[in-house]
Amino acid sequence: MEEDFKVIDNYLMVKMPEEVDHHKSQQISKTADKYIVTEGVGNVVFDFEDTKFMDSSGIGIILGRYKKISYFGGKVFAINADSRVKRTLMICGLHKVIEIME
Amino acid sequence: METARSLTENLKKRRINKNEMRVEFDAVSENESFARVAVAAFVTPLNPTLEEIADIKTAVSEAVTNAIIHGYDREELIQEEKEAKVVMHCKLSEDVLSVEITDEGRGIDNIEQAMEPLFTTKPEMDRSGMGFAFMEAFMDDLEVISQPGVGTTVLMKKKLGTMSWIRQEE
Repeated sequence: MEEDFKVIDNYLMVKMPEEVDHHKSQQISKTADKYIVTEGVGNVVFDFEDTKFMDSSGIGIILGRYKKISYFGGKVFAINADSRVKRTLMICGLHKVIEIME
Repeated sequence: METARSLTENLKKRRINKNEMRVEFDAVSENESFARVAVAAFVTPLNPTLEEIADIKTAVSEAVTNAIIHGYDREELIQEEKEAKVVMHCKLSEDVLSVEITDEGRGIDNIEQAMEPLFTTKPEMDRSGMGFAFMEAFMDDLEVISQPGVGTTVLMKKKLGTMSWIRQEE
């Protein structure tokens, strides 16, 4: 789990698992928050390279982190999302608050 | 030749035009992935597209997650040493899949409010309030029956193969 989190400069890189559901999401949110607080990173990058499945729990992870860091002017990014994950993000209008990049 | 082929296709269809399965499992988050994979396997005889499979898996995941985290109160269950189960009842009839997910939990006080996008009773758990919206978006039909103190049933339906004629045109 811990190896999926990396701090590079002012960015927290989070490697998302193959399946993002409620079972996995609690641990991801908790660990990400720990890094945000202890390392004081300003931005978060979610890497969906390995992700083949995501339900609304993934939206919860992203929105929750967004609320925490946007307060201090931080940004959230989603990278390497396949068309399916992208669609899930778009349905919720997340592309308006975070940046979805290739 | 053409009629022979359509005849065998019809026969093939007839053999699988009705099927049913019922599973009961503990209301724990580990079973969320089990539930959606089970439904995906159940619909394979209908040759669904990857898109359809993904839609069904997402909707089932939402409904089962709801049953587990909203239907039952984990701490209360441990305290009173009670068991909590979720029942998933799937039916195939022709090319329509219906999935019924039932819990015997606390029930929903206000269904209309619960179904509003972004409404959640558990924001502290990072719930996005998009569960029912996802079920509605990814399935064709959604019905929620609930009684406070008795439990909740979510009934979802999806017609499969609706995209196949588009692919043929292309």
